[in-house]
Amino acid sequence: MWDLCTNALDTARLRGAAYGDVRVMHLRQRDLTTKNGQVGTLSQSESIGLGIRVLANGAWGFSSTDRLTREGVAACAAQAVSIAKASALAKRGEVVLAPEQSYIDSWQSPFCKDPFEIPLETQLALLLAADAEMRRVKGVTLTETGMQFRKIDSWFASSIGSRIHQRKLISGCGIAATSFQGEEIQKRSYPNSFGGQHALQGYELVQSLDLLKNAPIVAEEAAALHSASQCPEKIGTLILGASQLGLQIHESIGHPIELDRVLGEEANFAGTSFLTLDQLNKLKYGSSIVNVVADARLDHGQGLGTFAYDDEGVPAQCTDIIKNGQFCGYLSNRETAHLVGLNRSSGTMRTESWNRLPIIRMTNVSLLPGTWDYDDLIADTHDGILMETNRSWSIDDRRYQFQFSTEIGWEIKGGKKVRMLKNPSYSGITTEFWNSCDAISKLSHWTLWGTPNCGKGQPMQTMGTGHGASPSRFRDVRIGTAFANQ
Amino acid sequence: MKPAPKSRNSSNQASAKAAELFPERELRRIVATVLRLAKSTAAEETEVHVDEVADALTRFANNAIHQNVAEQGLTVSIRTVADGRTARATTNRIDEDSLRAAIEASLSLAHSQPKDPRLLSMPAKQRYRRVNRFVKPTAALSAEERARAVRRACDLAVKNGQVAAGIYSTGQSQSAMGNSRGLFASYRETHSEFSITVQEGPAASWAKANSADVRAFDPQKLAVRASEKAHLAVDSRELAPGPYTVILEPSAVLDLVGFLFYDFAATALEDKRSCLNDRMGKQLFGQNITITDDAYHALQQGAPFDGEGLPRQKVLLVDRGIPRNLVYSRAAAKAAGKQPTGHGFALPNEYGEAPMNLVFTGGDSSVDKMVASTDRGLLVTRLWYIREVDPYEKVMTGMTRDGLFLVENGRVTGAVRNFRFNQSLIEMLNNVELLGPAVRATGEEAFEMVVPAMKVHNFHFSEVTKF
Repeated sequence: MWDLCTNALDTARLRGAAYGDVRVMHLRQRDLTTKNGQVGTLSQSESIGLGIRVLANGAWGFSSTDRLTREGVAACAAQAVSIAKASALAKRGEVVLAPEQSYIDSWQSPFCKDPFEIPLETQLALLLAADAEMRRVKGVTLTETGMQFRKIDSWFASSIGSRIHQRKLISGCGIAATSFQGEEIQKRSYPNSFGGQHALQGYELVQSLDLLKNAPIVAEEAAALHSASQCPEKIGTLILGASQLGLQIHESIGHPIELDRVLGEEANFAGTSFLTLDQLNKLKYGSSIVNVVADARLDHGQGLGTFAYDDEGVPAQCTDIIKNGQFCGYLSNRETAHLVGLNRSSGTMRTESWNRLPIIRMTNVSLLPGTWDYDDLIADTHDGILMETNRSWSIDDRRYQFQFSTEIGWEIKGGKKVRMLKNPSYSGITTEFWNSCDAISKLSHWTLWGTPNCGKGQPMQTMGTGHGASPSRFRDVRIGTAFANQ
Repeated sequence: MKPAPKSRNSSNQASAKAAELFPERELRRIVATVLRLAKSTAAEETEVHVDEVADALTRFANNAIHQNVAEQGLTVSIRTVADGRTARATTNRIDEDSLRAAIEASLSLAHSQPKDPRLLSMPAKQRYRRVNRFVKPTAALSAEERARAVRRACDLAVKNGQVAAGIYSTGQSQSAMGNSRGLFASYRETHSEFSITVQEGPAASWAKANSADVRAFDPQKLAVRASEKAHLAVDSRELAPGPYTVILEPSAVLDLVGFLFYDFAATALEDKRSCLNDRMGKQLFGQNITITDDAYHALQQGAPFDGEGLPRQKVLLVDRGIPRNLVYSRAAAKAAGKQPTGHGFALPNEYGEAPMNLVFTGGDSSVDKMVASTDRGLLVTRLWYIREVDPYEKVMTGMTRDGLFLVENGRVTGAVRNFRFNQSLIEMLNNVELLGPAVRATGEEAFEMVVPAMKVHNFHFSEVTKF
């Protein structure tokens, strides 16, 4: 693979590129699903190819190919330079890259059991057994289960001399029960919606989930939701379960801190950000107990945003985003770092595949644990609503105003969960919401959730991101808006 | 490693010219190779999909090109059947060893599962209606030509004291599929798209077009439109949320009604996750709503065959507000005692089928006429981040974006801060007062469809944002 990389970089240099970086990537994926006791999807795929990004005439060009011959790679590199020169027809400044060292390294994400080595029969048997457990519950009309495994090898080389090989193993697994009754469809998922939990782990992730124990629980909840009371519309106290809070972090912190959005580079598609450059180190983003980091290092956990180097050849880092409630950091790359006074990229350039340009992406953007025991947090809540497991999510294109609904809610009265609520939802303005946070559960309740489906960029790229969170409480939140007119 | 194609640019010839696809005979050769290799395996039946893409996209922001990309790739996807079981393996390597490995992988996957008593034999040879959606000028557009068009759009923004961002993309793709029962189908198309957001201070507006023929739209006209609307959007004022009469431009209509497409899948009804469960044959929408799935409509794109190789049929889904028909894959059709309609996804899958070429019947109004007929309402350019809140009542939430304007006494009187909506699509399609002519609309939430602008009363806005 290194020969291909060298060939591409040499061609680019000879054609006039001042800088180049190249990624050869080999992606392998296995997908298994069941529905109503039958196997649904059963497929595996592999894709290998090369993408090269170059700077020529002060502008960027990128080209990719799956024709991994000497001629195919050279043609691809030459095309990247030609595209860069075309870009220069509409440039308004010079690209300046923050300095970075070169690295020669090889890294592999840790795992205990390679899911590609586990017999398919074993994997399918587990899914079908969980599916059967859910179908046993009266009122359940649709059962779904799934596993997804990915093995990604990438060989990164740049014209400053880096040669980095990384191998990542990603696993995902989840189940869901749906119940249609009367004029209502209710659904419960475990351990999360979006196909469950996803992490930079091996098959041990699947084994840790105890699907068979949880299958009847979610199935019974899906059926029971039909007779639950409607979530009221009010301003009140909200407790978010950890996975829902993970998505809240993703949408209302993770995206606004992407510096490409802040600088208008996503204005046509993903949107911009309310976090304009003048807000850095000035904005009170949250209450004083809110501490958020963007941490791609293995020390933070085996999340979907964990790696050793980003796709621009910058080592994984931990960046403070919110410290004691104060906004203090963006996600940057080598091109944008200097705009926020940094002399180095924060290492967040990531690409979906060999045929996509690396762009600024969330890594693991996590709310650090607080001090509360979860039971104490519930006991301390006189009147509130606990919401768990995302059902819908939406936020404006500058990331101010959001609305989420969850699969299930629980009324809290006098420090106890007293009854189930259906169709829960809440909404708010990002900074008002985070400033209303008055309790965060401690580390023992903290989970690094995986969001596998974050879309951004044109052409669209889907990326996995990590979000550590523990159940937390928010005061004076607008509740129940989504269903107010129904 | 695969051999370099003879017809492609060599390194000595490489330029920013558009890439070329393989000739169809090369795809036919790959299909034949897989079918030949599979004969010496345990596969009782074999199906091959070959898909090739050559796309380029020029992206601009802050009045300059900041990303400019091209990609070329080909995938071979193989489904085998053995002993009542089936599975799929996909690769992008086309040497014989890799194809043989993919066949074996497919068989290995298939063997790992229980027998599927519902599994149907693969379809035999079919006849397809021809469609011509490959436009040479689109395929030939170079990076330099895209860059010059972008430059003109950005210069306009600079001249007007505005900031432009967007994309100009062109590309071509082709697909071929064949199976061991003699079926063969192939299709190629071109695609082009220009999208522009123009910002003026805190205000922004947007215009976008999409066609197989790059000559079907003028990027500069789109830039002018976005620029003028952005200027109009400056000095927005905040209104109270609540029910409003809205005039939805086609992109806004598309991104809402696009969420209905899977509800018309027979499998979705079988699974009881469609909003049409218990509602077929009833007056669900207003009498001015008629929806057809028509892959052959002049403004549509896409292959005339489905993932199973069956020819796509035109299906009347909603007739004057009454859901009349669903679409069926072969398996769903057999289960329901119906004929398949050519809307199946490639097997194996759990979703069955879906109509992918929706066409709404339009009316004789226009956005201008809708504005002129409105005492008080809102003109909506575009919607954003739409998600389903309630799957049965089809309540959707989302935001307005890039140009929300107040209409008073028959004319646009100013810009309004963006709203969040929570709106049932079923209710909305009962409240349509006026329809424009159906056009090929493009947005960001749904794939392209043929839909009209709509004037709708009692559209529910629940909250307002800060801009």
